[in-house]
Amino acid sequence: MARSPVAIINRAPAYLAGVLVLVLTLGTLIAVAIRAEVCAGLSAADWAAIQFTISQALGSALVSVALAIPVARALARRSFWGRGALITLLGAPFILPVIVAVLGLLAVFGRSGILNDAFGAIGLPDVSIYGFHGVVLAHVFFNLPLATRFLLQGWLAIPAERFRLAASLNAPVGRLLEWPMLRAVVPGTFLVIFLICLTSFAVALTLGGGPKATTVELAIFQAIRFDFDLGRAALLACVQFVICAIAAVVAWKVTAVDGFGAGLDRVVQRWDGSKVWDFTWITAAALFLIIPLSMVVIKGIPGLFDLPPSVFGAALRSIGVALVSAILCVGMALALALHGGRMVAIIGVLPLAASGLVVGTGSFLIVFPFVRPSDLALPVTALVNATLALPFALRSLSPAVDAVISDYGRLADQLGLTGWTRLRLLILPRILRPMGFALGLAAALSMGDLGVIALFADQSGATLPLAMYRLMGAYQLEAAAGAGLLLVALSLLLFWICDRGGRVNADV
Amino acid sequence: MLTFDAVTLSQGTFQLTADFQLQADITAVIGPSGGGKSTLLAGIAGFFEPSKGRVLWDNQVLTGTPPAKRPVNMLFQDNNLFPHLTIQQNVGLGLRPDLRLTQDQKQMVADTLDHVGLTDLGVRKPAALSGGQQSRAALARVLVSQRPLVLLDEPFAALGPAMKDDMLRLVRETLVQAGKSVVIVTHDPDDARRFADQVILVADGVAHAPVSSDEIFANPPPALRAYLG
Amino acid sequence: MLKTTYLTAVTGLCVATVATAEVPKLTVLTYDSFTTEWGPGPAIEAAFEETCACDLEFVGAGDGAALLARLQLEGLRTEADIVLGLDTNLTAAARETGLFAPHGVEAELTLPLGWTDTEFLPYDWSYFAFVGNEGAEAPTSLQALADSDIKIVIQDPRSSTPGLGLLLWVKDVYGDDAPQFWADLADNIITVTPGWSEAYGLFIDGEADAVLSYTTSPAYHLIAEDDASKVAWAFDDGHYMQVEVAGKVAGTNVPEIADQFLAFMVSDGFQSIIPTTNWMYPAATPADGLPDGFDTLVVPELSLLKSPEDALAIRDQALAEWREALSQ
Repeated sequence: MARSPVAIINRAPAYLAGVLVLVLTLGTLIAVAIRAEVCAGLSAADWAAIQFTISQALGSALVSVALAIPVARALARRSFWGRGALITLLGAPFILPVIVAVLGLLAVFGRSGILNDAFGAIGLPDVSIYGFHGVVLAHVFFNLPLATRFLLQGWLAIPAERFRLAASLNAPVGRLLEWPMLRAVVPGTFLVIFLICLTSFAVALTLGGGPKATTVELAIFQAIRFDFDLGRAALLACVQFVICAIAAVVAWKVTAVDGFGAGLDRVVQRWDGSKVWDFTWITAAALFLIIPLSMVVIKGIPGLFDLPPSVFGAALRSIGVALVSAILCVGMALALALHGGRMVAIIGVLPLAASGLVVGTGSFLIVFPFVRPSDLALPVTALVNATLALPFALRSLSPAVDAVISDYGRLADQLGLTGWTRLRLLILPRILRPMGFALGLAAALSMGDLGVIALFADQSGATLPLAMYRLMGAYQLEAAAGAGLLLVALSLLLFWICDRGGRVNADV
Repeated sequence: MLTFDAVTLSQGTFQLTADFQLQADITAVIGPSGGGKSTLLAGIAGFFEPSKGRVLWDNQVLTGTPPAKRPVNMLFQDNNLFPHLTIQQNVGLGLRPDLRLTQDQKQMVADTLDHVGLTDLGVRKPAALSGGQQSRAALARVLVSQRPLVLLDEPFAALGPAMKDDMLRLVRETLVQAGKSVVIVTHDPDDARRFADQVILVADGVAHAPVSSDEIFANPPPALRAYLG
Repeated sequence: MLKTTYLTAVTGLCVATVATAEVPKLTVLTYDSFTTEWGPGPAIEAAFEETCACDLEFVGAGDGAALLARLQLEGLRTEADIVLGLDTNLTAAARETGLFAPHGVEAELTLPLGWTDTEFLPYDWSYFAFVGNEGAEAPTSLQALADSDIKIVIQDPRSSTPGLGLLLWVKDVYGDDAPQFWADLADNIITVTPGWSEAYGLFIDGEADAVLSYTTSPAYHLIAEDDASKVAWAFDDGHYMQVEVAGKVAGTNVPEIADQFLAFMVSDGFQSIIPTTNWMYPAATPADGLPDGFDTLVVPELSLLKSPEDALAIRDQALAEWREALSQ
């Protein structure tokens, strides 16, 4: 079939975005590798780290997805007061800075946490959170909401008529409608969570209880900071990409990639399932996520009132970086989504597998010969954060853009809507919802990110997470908890505003 | 005048050939579903390039010309209006795709909306209009554009019989009146008999040369007889 | 009105730019917490700029280990004139970069041990120690801790300077028996954190009975928060020291000011700021002595410190032993 020969949309922005992602993921890796002198290969400890990394990521993804299935199903078929708010709030753990989340979890599951206090009161022995199960627990806390969102989207994509048809035929909804949907959505969800957990480092070490919980990312950290062995760092980063590639190929073999992000407000009327069970699942998931979050709030409130002025400066800088980063991220995602194709899909997951430390170090090596890194701290942070959030933005925008093209592409071709006009009059107005969601998510992720800024920033350029860490480093634990709360509140607020903004103006 | 010069349109294993000239006010395209009616229109509009042969308009070769540069307007089975734009914006797109309309052009949009019976509805969005009104708005957009050839790919299929007749009458009163040639796909032979001047039968991978509609229904060829049952 | 204000502002800005352009700038690369408003940075900047007719700029770069990595990344092109914040466990690697010049400062240092390094000059120091709660069980040696049921948090030696300090402390005390000690200690360790901040946070939250920190940590709680509930445990084995040093970058374009800064660093103007901002002992006790509260701190009988070269030589083996023992 011969396609119409015109370039409807300028391809340059897509190439630019693609090149940017490649430079920041593979390019930084090459920059690090070039600086390496000799490379001794992987040690036995590195192999142990690789093994642990894969097993904890598999375990975390497995549990997250397995738990998300009943929760998402319950949310899809039950409507209740506060459902929308609950779904928004479920986004919170995913955008929390790691240390804030860990302290929140420990306030519940730790040695002196609520759970052990309760166990102690009724004479049960203490349970320890530290170990493999602790790592999985924390990763589930971070990723269960994400998995739930992905799957909920899958459920809501099943047309209501099919449920009616199934109900009238008294046919099994599970085998007829839900199983095929899960086959399409679960592998992609599993992959994303597996990749997120793959590059985990602070969570794994802190809750893993010791050096047996060494991940590849920590081994990279050690190679750069402790041994200054850039060759090993680059090699380990390659290992991470290879694991990512294998995982991606396996996931693609079992699935077609599916999207998420559009309206989750709808409840499909259903005639099956147990109401009691559904609400049990919803309540359990909500408590699991909300109690640690509440602990973050409770611990943070006293510190809010003696926050030093510099924290507010840092907060403003963070908001600025988050907004720029979100716009960049969505711009890049849009350019790539309009281009489409397999290369874009690959570029879309690369950042998930990138080691934050290698990206930071590599960017530093690339930038340093030309300018003072501290002069570029905020722009580089915005750019790196935009790239790291790209996979999520792309997952949200890509299906929406595809839908617009398949519904209105020919009409637009007919009318001569090309280039900027096509974007302005057709694409943008029709993808406001997923775009608002992507913007909000990218902004919130950027708010909480500590990655690259630590290597670049000097005193005057600190962002809120960095300021929070600096407070902790200066014994100001209460103020740090306050800054943590401020960070959570601002991230959620940014997310909410963007997400809301996309919905208010969206036409059916 | 539209010319198919030994054209073959290929889509996967499906092939459609056409080799004829077409000159009439309204031409109906009929034939069994899956026979290639929409493919034929897509070939004229430029969504498919022929694998063999050439499509010409008034001796000008269309092959290689993008859809927007062809002398062709097309209405599809659905999604003929952008739901996020107002009716007058949708109609305005027929004049300038970037919607930077002059005062005269805005007046022209308003006049055309009057003409198709949508006076004062220009500021609404499509969702606020009935199905018939939406079809009128789409016709208005075709009407304001300068392109001489109009392809209608069953755009009125979802309307009730009375409403559909209204629309077909409106097509003759407005589009034909304005000097445009109309090619309309229909699955209802009665429509073809009553409204079309000529009929193209598309069946078994061949788009047959047009025949006047009185003649073809009075003495249907075997393929049409098979289709009519 | 608005225009004049704007014009004045612009003129002011130009004048300010010109003014700073005229004085030479001294760039000091240091760790983050040194430069925060609770750290020594701001007060030291003000004090030094009064005497030097220069612009002192602190550039923060993570923690001590990150500082060295940053320097190694930058190499000869570094803009730093002074690197401040390495400890003696890092100076051997820092020396190997060949970036440092002799400091040339003769000063009366009050360290418990003699100081002979000609490239790196100490500015503060403390002892590594476990910090626990007043009134709770307090072991008196590493072995007693390992034999107890006390739960502690330590830092990872691969990512944190206190973690590395403990590694060398144990190696210094136990030598070839270090693996056995780590095996004994394993059931006391709740978890290992990437950095000091996380570990200290867990301890303050009640997650652990004690945390690896410094003998001077209780001084913070006592002086800044009027809280005497935190105590450091004195161990009979002796305590490993952390000595924090600064060095002059050989390629500096303001060598005189760099020398001036190093001399200032061991003078009272700098040293009197250290105790209540960095919560460490000053390297040269100021004439006015230490602030009230420092007299309450435990002082170990025995100070332990490996030479930088020894520390570098044994750390890989010590690390392997640590990882091996704690991975069981």
